Amino acid sequence: MAGRVAGKVAFITGAARGQGRSHAIRLAQEGADIIAVDVCADMPGMPYAGATEQDLAETVKEVEALDRRIVAAKADVRDFGAVQAALDDGVAQLGRLDIVSANAGIGSSPCAAEELAEQTWQDMIDVNLTGVWHTAKAAIPHLIAGGRGGSIVLTSSAAGLQAYANIAHYVSAKHGVVGLMRTLALELAPHSIRVNSIHPTQVDTPMIQNEATYRLFRPDLDHPTRADFEPASQAMNVLPIPWVDAVDISNAVLFLASDEARYITGVPLPVDAGAVIK
Amino acid sequence: MAFITGAARGQGRSHAIRLAQEGANIIAVDLCRQIDSVAYPMATPDDLAETVKEVEALDRRIVAREADVRDEAGLKAAFDAGVAELGPVDIVLANAGIAPMALGEEPHQAWQDVIDVNLTGVFNTVETAIPSMIERGQGGAIVLTSSTAGINGIGGASRGGLGYTASKHGVVGLMRSYANTLAPHSIRVNSVHPTGVRTPMVVNEVMQQFLESDPAMGQAMANALPVDMVEPVDISNAILWLVSDDGRYVTGITVPVDAGFTNKK
Repeated sequence: MAGRVAGKVAFITGAARGQGRSHAIRLAQEGADIIAVDVCADMPGMPYAGATEQDLAETVKEVEALDRRIVAAKADVRDFGAVQAALDDGVAQLGRLDIVSANAGIGSSPCAAEELAEQTWQDMIDVNLTGVWHTAKAAIPHLIAGGRGGSIVLTSSAAGLQAYANIAHYVSAKHGVVGLMRTLALELAPHSIRVNSIHPTQVDTPMIQNEATYRLFRPDLDHPTRADFEPASQAMNVLPIPWVDAVDISNAVLFLASDEARYITGVPLPVDAGAVIK
Repeated sequence: MAFITGAARGQGRSHAIRLAQEGANIIAVDLCRQIDSVAYPMATPDDLAETVKEVEALDRRIVAREADVRDEAGLKAAFDAGVAELGPVDIVLANAGIAPMALGEEPHQAWQDVIDVNLTGVFNTVETAIPSMIERGQGGAIVLTSSTAGINGIGGASRGGLGYTASKHGVVGLMRSYANTLAPHSIRVNSVHPTGVRTPMVVNEVMQQFLESDPAMGQAMANALPVDMVEPVDISNAILWLVSDDGRYVTGITVPVDAGFTNKK
């Protein structure tokens, strides 16, 4: 089924590595050109190294190796003006916009809700919720102007549908994404612009493969490792796997972005190995 | 290899064709008879023969049998005949369903019939398929066809309409329980929730009169996206994603293919 999004242009935030890079590659494999942004920096409160400009350059290289075009820019989703400028430039160069993947997000160190620093809470909301809104806000005028409908996919989390202790700010931001998705789906339906959210369980990316996440899952150990994390992570899922790969989320993004899902909108779509029903 | 109930026409035929296009062989069953409480004409043996013809035109193999999802033994005989001829099943689509809504004098039996077909029939379908899937140890994917009426209290106040909504909600409970219990075997179970689909179950005189007579039920067709109905292939495409390796870690989820209907409520 080659070319499932042939001729379309996709805007992806957080595209330097992890899920975002995987989405860029997967959509490019199926014929899309890409507008990629990433902050390419360490973020406040993020207990692991942020993506770098080299990471974003690698995404560019991998998309170009597929003979697709890509316009990449360094932009912080907390800064609406920067997101808008990067997207406007990408649309000017690539000619249109059809698909939006609001993927940029950060994780955090485990902390009881009443002990969270106010700034830690605010940073999380700024990136994982307001950043998603900024992405949609910048993209919607282009989608409407195109007059061909479109597909917006917001990356939430299993934590956008159910509680996890000691990451109240993350859970709240990811639940907020669902409210935004539902409202946008309603507002944009008359334009045949579809809006859905994806809810991954743990994905094997730098955002979870770090000591802070290991400690969240293994508070019983002083210096938990990936091997210590694995059984604890698997206990979250009903399928007998510890985590999914980034491409599994990309395949869901691809499905929602393609015409195969032309009448799917307003749907929270778990790709979670059964974490939500467990 | 896919086992599909209600495969003579409508969504079931579309699923058979779409999966065959992507390389699957098919075991197709359908009642191919009328149920008294159902006011619109149900599928016929000729319909099932047409499904066979269309799958074979794609150079795929198909075993088709007339079988009633309410009859576990009869269903198992059809399943076993298909497996004997085509090999083990990886994919199960519990698609067979009826919508016995009617105006005026309503058959008392409508409630029981719709529960028997739409809920017990789904249970029978899964129970028929899982022993061999578990024994084989290769995992698998099961999709149960529910409805927007499996998420929302729509369908009206008739015996048939209430039964339809209750049966489609019940399918979600089955789906979630099976997803949990079959996960250790890497068998995934999900449900799809279509809005109105352009099939003979919906596009018929009786259903159109029913929808027009009852504003609550008529609303079930008022989608958010500017389309009055979706096509059978739209449901088939969602199912294809769920049963393919693209959905290899998706289980226990409800997938509305409803043009935004549920979100709009």
